[in-house]
Amino acid sequence: MSPVSTANSGAIYHALKGCGIRLLSALPETWLVHLIRMAEDDPEMTLVRLAKEEEGVGISAGAHLAGVKSAMLMQNHGLLASINGIVSCAQLYHLPLLMLVSYRGEFGERDPWQTEGGGVTEDLLRALRIPFSYLDRPDHVTSRIAKAQTLAHSANKPVALLLCRDLMWEDA
Amino acid sequence: MKRLDALEAVYPHLEQRIVVTIMGAVAAELQSLGHRPNFFYLQHAMGLASSMGLGIALSKPDRQVVVFDGDGSVLMNLGGLTTLARYRPRNLVHVVFDNESLLSVGGFPTATATGSDLAGIAAAAGVPRTVTVTTLEAFRSAFDDALAAGDLTTIVAKVEAVGPSGYVTDLSLLENRFQFQRYLRS
Repeated sequence: MSPVSTANSGAIYHALKGCGIRLLSALPETWLVHLIRMAEDDPEMTLVRLAKEEEGVGISAGAHLAGVKSAMLMQNHGLLASINGIVSCAQLYHLPLLMLVSYRGEFGERDPWQTEGGGVTEDLLRALRIPFSYLDRPDHVTSRIAKAQTLAHSANKPVALLLCRDLMWEDA
Repeated sequence: MKRLDALEAVYPHLEQRIVVTIMGAVAAELQSLGHRPNFFYLQHAMGLASSMGLGIALSKPDRQVVVFDGDGSVLMNLGGLTTLARYRPRNLVHVVFDNESLLSVGGFPTATATGSDLAGIAAAAGVPRTVTVTTLEAFRSAFDDALAAGDLTTIVAKVEAVGPSGYVTDLSLLENRFQFQRYLRS
């Protein structure tokens, strides 16, 4: 059985639904498997599987302008791959963008290939002036997701939540 | 075929449809024909106009969406063609003006100048209807067919590498963005 936490993935998913999110764009990554399956099984959710994460910025932009609330699910390396879209679409046009980013390469990471991206993630978010917070305990999942979405919409800008190992991985 | 003439030929069809364009000559030329609140010009983020069109088409399934793309932009997001095909929004018409160059930054040739076939790539990605046109009459006809077909269509229109003398217009990016949002939600 995958050590990715089903219960905490469920809490994240329900929080997203509770915020009115009806479209999720995603590129699969290990920590996101349950979230993606939940979206896939939910007839109320439109799941858009991407070839590359940056597409999700454009898809969320279109959805927002058309009045549909959306979010992106991706790994921090997907954030790296989305930078121009974030700057030249979401920020340039003052568009809200809720990004849930699995924070690979942090303490406890076993995969050597993830470690470089982990080291640049927070500095990158600061350089891009993207407000961010952490999802690392189940008890604040619901409120932080709701608050992140509130800020994204009031400020009309991208906001990131870093999905941390302590929340997502059961043998952390 | 000149892109401006192609835009003018289908302009009457755009009045009641949702339109997303890329930056540069396409945006400036469509505005020169007459801006409308249902037109959005993505003035940067090359490659994402088709992704925005997909987001709108999925969110507004009862409305037809037209995306005016370009060869340089499509080449930056070829994977997006596979995503378009995967979700196959039947209410989306994807026009790619292919002038085989990056006109606004000096006219350097793109890969379509040496034979890369964007309609072939779209078809191989799974877009159900694709066509390449080289004349104004063929473009007008392909566009009419796409609207009538009610299925995802990519039309690659080969156009001359000529454009307007400038690209900045008096419509600010944010004015366009909020006007377009208000239109889509009303």
